[in-house]
Amino acid sequence: MSTKPLLFKNARLVDPDTGREDKGGLLVRDGVIQDLGPQLTQAVDADIIDCGGQVLAPGLIDMRAFIGEPGGPYRETLKSAGEAAAAGGVTTVVSMPDTSPVLDDPAVIDFIVRRARDTSIVNILPAAALTKGLKGEEMAEIGRLKEAGAIAFTDGVRSVTNAQVMRRTLTYARDFDALIVHHVEDPDLVGQGVMNEGEFASRLGLSGIPREAETIMLERDMRLVRLTGGRYHAAMISCADSAEIVRSAKAKGLPVTCGVSINHLSLNENDIGDYRTFLKLSPPLRHEDDRQAMIEALNDGTVDVIVSDHNPQDVENKRLPFAEAADGAVGLETLLSAAMRLVHSDRVSLPKLLRALSMKPAEILGLPAGRLKIGAPADLVLFDPDAPYVLDKRQLKSLSKNTPFDEARLEGQVTITMVAGRIVFDRRSM
Amino acid sequence: MDIQALLDLADQQVEVSRQIEKRKTTLRGRTQINLFFEPSTRTQSSFEIAGKRLGADVMNMAVASSSVKKGETLIDTAATLNAMRPDIIVVRHHAAGAVHLLAQKVDCAVVNAGDGAHEHPTQALLDALTIRRNKGRIEGLTVAICGDILHSRVARSNMILLAAMGAQVRLVAPTNLLPPGIARLGFPTFTDMRKGLEGADIVMMLRLQRERMNGSFVPSVKEYFRFYGLDQEKLSYAKPDALVMHPGPMNRGVEISSDVADGAQSLIREQVEMGVAVRMAVLEALASHLPNG
Repeated sequence: MSTKPLLFKNARLVDPDTGREDKGGLLVRDGVIQDLGPQLTQAVDADIIDCGGQVLAPGLIDMRAFIGEPGGPYRETLKSAGEAAAAGGVTTVVSMPDTSPVLDDPAVIDFIVRRARDTSIVNILPAAALTKGLKGEEMAEIGRLKEAGAIAFTDGVRSVTNAQVMRRTLTYARDFDALIVHHVEDPDLVGQGVMNEGEFASRLGLSGIPREAETIMLERDMRLVRLTGGRYHAAMISCADSAEIVRSAKAKGLPVTCGVSINHLSLNENDIGDYRTFLKLSPPLRHEDDRQAMIEALNDGTVDVIVSDHNPQDVENKRLPFAEAADGAVGLETLLSAAMRLVHSDRVSLPKLLRALSMKPAEILGLPAGRLKIGAPADLVLFDPDAPYVLDKRQLKSLSKNTPFDEARLEGQVTITMVAGRIVFDRRSM
Repeated sequence: MDIQALLDLADQQVEVSRQIEKRKTTLRGRTQINLFFEPSTRTQSSFEIAGKRLGADVMNMAVASSSVKKGETLIDTAATLNAMRPDIIVVRHHAAGAVHLLAQKVDCAVVNAGDGAHEHPTQALLDALTIRRNKGRIEGLTVAICGDILHSRVARSNMILLAAMGAQVRLVAPTNLLPPGIARLGFPTFTDMRKGLEGADIVMMLRLQRERMNGSFVPSVKEYFRFYGLDQEKLSYAKPDALVMHPGPMNRGVEISSDVADGAQSLIREQVEMGVAVRMAVLEALASHLPNG
């Protein structure tokens, strides 16, 4: 199947791999990047998009999104998640397994793979359950699930508290070179907590979650990784001490990576303000010092990836007293704009930011995307890094509107999103 | 007596066992007690038949209904039996080292019929005999021991014996079923059946206990069979004339498929016959060392 080639010309090409920025063009043919560079100013017999100096970069790869299909189609479907992702410049989404039924059966993984291919305009790759029924007791069929198309293994928002189960699962996963993604939060230490423990929680009269809920679990996992050699990714860290733990594990050469959510890079516990339930998250938003530590960890490479932690919740689950509201915020569509705040405030360079949003996740997941390279899939985002806008949650394509950035001023807007050479989002036509 | 000589003796016992008149007089007047703390069908009956064919008076201690169930310690049981003046005690126990402990407390010969995950020497001997009779040799053969090596006394005894006899022994299992640190014993280990069986002359499968199948050591029976169960496809990675062994009892459809277990390359039934012969050889070899012998 040969289609007409497409030339992006007059673009600012940002390659997160080399950190290079070039003015130039990029030629797409048959779904892959066929050529790129400053010399590419024109092409014969090709469609041409004049980028007008906007940034052309690898499409974003989001390692953590919750989608309600199957089981909760009112929250989000594979189709609506795909549209939301495309609008946010995200070309690949890793979906979480806590659906109904749980993604712990190869047949269900197979269903998601097919259904995503048929209904979603971006790549949706399912992560399968780490333990059967996400119960943390018995390891899931990691080999068969991987054969069926599971990209990674995780219990979603749950932690495996039994160290023996975690040890054996890490060991088993290693035999299959499977990636384990773990939510690090000790449920006993979380207890009844609903936000970061400390002065602000005390003032609001809310129960706190100590940072140790995260650091103890993370520290335990580092020991188990050392024991087993299993490939391990901490889904999200949220505090300075956690960054220190990962930093030292990496220094020892352990096969460990970690993520941070865009929320923990953009917001702190004070933003909860007047009991805003859209900012009720797991792990909870922490102190400003922790947010600063997350940015630093991103800069020094301790934090590998930024995730949206996209977690659609309908109004009924959020319009409740803070302690009773569900955790989670949508984030696919605002991931890039919110992340661009770090660039605009001169905290993180654009190539470094894009590394954490595309190249590193591709590396961790073993995907060929995430780079501006000849032969790589044409999963691309063209965006205007400076375009200002005020977010209106009613405009979100996600079926749920629980964004923490409603009415926020953001800079950086996606113009075109392309998946495998096909334009799946185009603001110019809106 | 060296191992080859013991196997030569076992070869003779095979002939004895195939005659109509199977009874010898080597152990006439001797008392053999089979003390099995763990249920066993084939090993216990094999030792019983072996003892009887050599003319011994064989008594099976039914541990389930014995004083052990009433709380007697292993050492007290040993002392009690010792007072009855047996000549040979054949012991199977669920704890590693228990047979060794018991042997220190009695005056007669003690044969280990399996202790915990430690050793099962007569199983290894019968496996060696089976291999030698079919391949003509053991030295230089590549033997892949596959499955639950962690909990297997059969694997440990075979590793020691077959390696001592010059075979290249390798271990194939998911890491959870490999004893930690086993690589330091010098046996190549594989977690992938395809690689582990490549070039193997003998494929020795091990039983996976039911309680280890569902999520604790491996995720499920289905998954275990898919990646570690011996079927025709996986057997095709081994040499074309590779032979298949299993100490029994088999879980068909878990560690081995029925067509392989019952197929032309299977030695599983022959192993049972060799079991009796090897145990006769072991008991006969002991005869000259017995009390008042």
